[in-house]
Amino acid sequence: MKNVLGIINLHENEELLKEMTRQRPLGAVPFGGRFRLIDFILSNMVNSGINAVGIVAKQQYRTLMDHLRSGKEWDLDRKRDGLFLLPSEHVHYSNSIYKGDLEHFHNQIDFFKKCSQDYVLIACSHIIYNLNFKEAYQSHLESRADITILYKEEQPRPGKSFSLATLVSVGDDGWVTDMEVKLGRITKGKIGLEAYIMSKELLLQIIEDCVARGEFDLTKEGIIKNIHRYKIRGFPFRGYMATINSIYDYYRASMELLNRDVRQELFNESGPIYTKVKDEAPANYREYAAVSNSLVANGCIIEGRVENSLLFRSVRVHKGAHIKNSIIMQKGEIGVNAALENVICDKDVTITDGKRLSGARNYVMVIEKGMVV
Amino acid sequence: MRAKEWVAMILAGGQGSRLGVLTDTLAKPAVPFGGKYRLIDFSLSNCSNSGIDTVGVLTQYRPLELHSYIGIGIPWDLDRNAGGVFILPPFGKTNGGEWYTGTANAIYQNAGFIDQYSPQYVLVLSGDHIYKMDYSLMLKFHKEAGADATIAANEVSWKETSRFGIMNTDPDGCIVEFEEKPREPKNNLASMGVYIFTWDVLKTYLQQDNQNRKSAHDFGKNVIPAMFKNGLKMMAYGFNGYWKDVGTIESLWEANMDLLSDAPELDLYDADWRIFSVNPTSPPHFVAPSGKVKRSLVSVGCLIFGEVENSVLFAGVEIEPGASVHDSVVMSGAKIGAGAYVEKAIIGPKAVIEENCQIGAVTAQHGSDAKISVVGQQVTIPANTIVPVGAIVDQLGVLLQASKGREKG
Repeated sequence: MKNVLGIINLHENEELLKEMTRQRPLGAVPFGGRFRLIDFILSNMVNSGINAVGIVAKQQYRTLMDHLRSGKEWDLDRKRDGLFLLPSEHVHYSNSIYKGDLEHFHNQIDFFKKCSQDYVLIACSHIIYNLNFKEAYQSHLESRADITILYKEEQPRPGKSFSLATLVSVGDDGWVTDMEVKLGRITKGKIGLEAYIMSKELLLQIIEDCVARGEFDLTKEGIIKNIHRYKIRGFPFRGYMATINSIYDYYRASMELLNRDVRQELFNESGPIYTKVKDEAPANYREYAAVSNSLVANGCIIEGRVENSLLFRSVRVHKGAHIKNSIIMQKGEIGVNAALENVICDKDVTITDGKRLSGARNYVMVIEKGMVV
Repeated sequence: MRAKEWVAMILAGGQGSRLGVLTDTLAKPAVPFGGKYRLIDFSLSNCSNSGIDTVGVLTQYRPLELHSYIGIGIPWDLDRNAGGVFILPPFGKTNGGEWYTGTANAIYQNAGFIDQYSPQYVLVLSGDHIYKMDYSLMLKFHKEAGADATIAANEVSWKETSRFGIMNTDPDGCIVEFEEKPREPKNNLASMGVYIFTWDVLKTYLQQDNQNRKSAHDFGKNVIPAMFKNGLKMMAYGFNGYWKDVGTIESLWEANMDLLSDAPELDLYDADWRIFSVNPTSPPHFVAPSGKVKRSLVSVGCLIFGEVENSVLFAGVEIEPGASVHDSVVMSGAKIGAGAYVEKAIIGPKAVIEENCQIGAVTAQHGSDAKISVVGQQVTIPANTIVPVGAIVDQLGVLLQASKGREKG
């Protein structure tokens, strides 16, 4: 897939995850014990043989840049091609109002024009899955479609729903007949992965056509409005996927990782998921550690009880502490005899000795980054 | 080339023959340790953390795994524009060339490498010791003393003194006597095999040593005593932390067990002195509802459905339901089958212990002196096999040192 430029579009709806995205873009939200959301799409692209990836990053770059740096962990520190961070220009105009992702694409149009690839794969970071895009790309070329949209057909399952999903209507012949961005939650249907394959030429045309008409939304105005103008093909994905658009989604997708099949599909299916390494020592279980049904990252020191939970790197669980149905991000410290249930602790949170906190299963409590409770 | 104040030379050609099956296919410095490391990670990380950016690694015995592990030194931050890590195996010359015939000879043959950087000082290390040490403090000591050679020294137990080079010093740390592996030691201050030499001085002595046909070309046996005889200023630099040379299966096992105490002497969780290593790409490890883990180190990618106590698990180890692992070291990718019982054993990388096997000691029967059992790399032990206490199963599946029975597995 050397002829494809990967574009990760970080213009994502962060409204329902404010507690976690105040200081970072959605793509940099930690996930699965040691990853950040962007690792999944980035690794998929690299595992598919894409050598050039542009990241359309809106504001709050620090966390993201700290994570990606030269792209070495994803093998993207290349002389030719590699990783490109594409910051938005509009923030420099003090009185400018955010209009939409296409304005940002337009700002960076020189980059797209200059790159040598003839095709682009535009994808987002908040839908996670493990997929080699080769087949989808082949099918795109063979079907002579203008655009190929990847989707996953979801059957209703208890507790599982999708917010802000793109619903795709695909005919029996594989051509897309309609598409809409749902405002509420849906439980089933052909849900778009918000991943599109098209020629670079078409992308440039969409950008210019839209911006010239004062339209700035790639999905709604660039694609949906033109649904009958272009030949749009649907490409079904059959593996595990999760969309992370809200705290509830985040919590649910995290808890799904406790399922072995989900982990297998998400972490191993068509290639490993790469992330920045931290050189932590292995997790250390002490005398009174009691851990069950949990994922534990390196660098943790555990002296207490952990049940149905995820511990990120370097979490410290002191004696008598009890963590249940919770997610503790990097460097969390849970004090002696503290008890947490249905809680998400963002990075560097300290829960002092004896504190008891609990959220509800359908409304988890989120403790923001760096808080001492 | 830009001059460097000092360069490090790591001796990494050793076989570690007493580690048996564990070094059949790799050099001792590549032996896995502590759930995610290889022995050489300690000296490489110490160099990196001490601010040394030019490191030569001298390899000889079975170097493939070590070479591919070190690569261009990325994990230790030793991929540098000026300097970095250099693998230095023996090489051919117009007169035929030769192997490294001893530790001093290895450095002698690579004098050209060192001279490229015109260093004032050369740090000589072993690639197979476990310790955390700031060499920059030792260099400061060497410079302040105006020494020709400084030898790092660690107090060892009196029982062990006959294994080491023992130094007797005056109150300033100046060495007044040097005894290689003495029978009746006057002191328990042992050489750690960590030397700083003023390069001009060392170079002269290496050249002299090379001319001497009777010499074993060894630092401890020949070069250091020769320097001492000629009255050079030689200092002992006291080091008080954890230091271990894991020469045998017992000491490798012990060093792993040392990490499991409540306050281990070797702190691997110190963010200011990290031990770097090649990190596998795996999700965090998973402990199932049926899993139990106590007093253990567990690395990424492990799946634990059984019981683990007082053990060290490397990346990607799988412990199936009903399996029970005690006082053991299980290396990466190994699998312990359902109902298997493993005690006081080292299970090599990618070994498979099928269901209901029993590996090693049952302490209740053999007492705490029971010997360590070893299952070599990629060995499969078929279901229901008993591997007796102290047995070593190699890659051909042959039981060595077993009390009875051969050709098992």
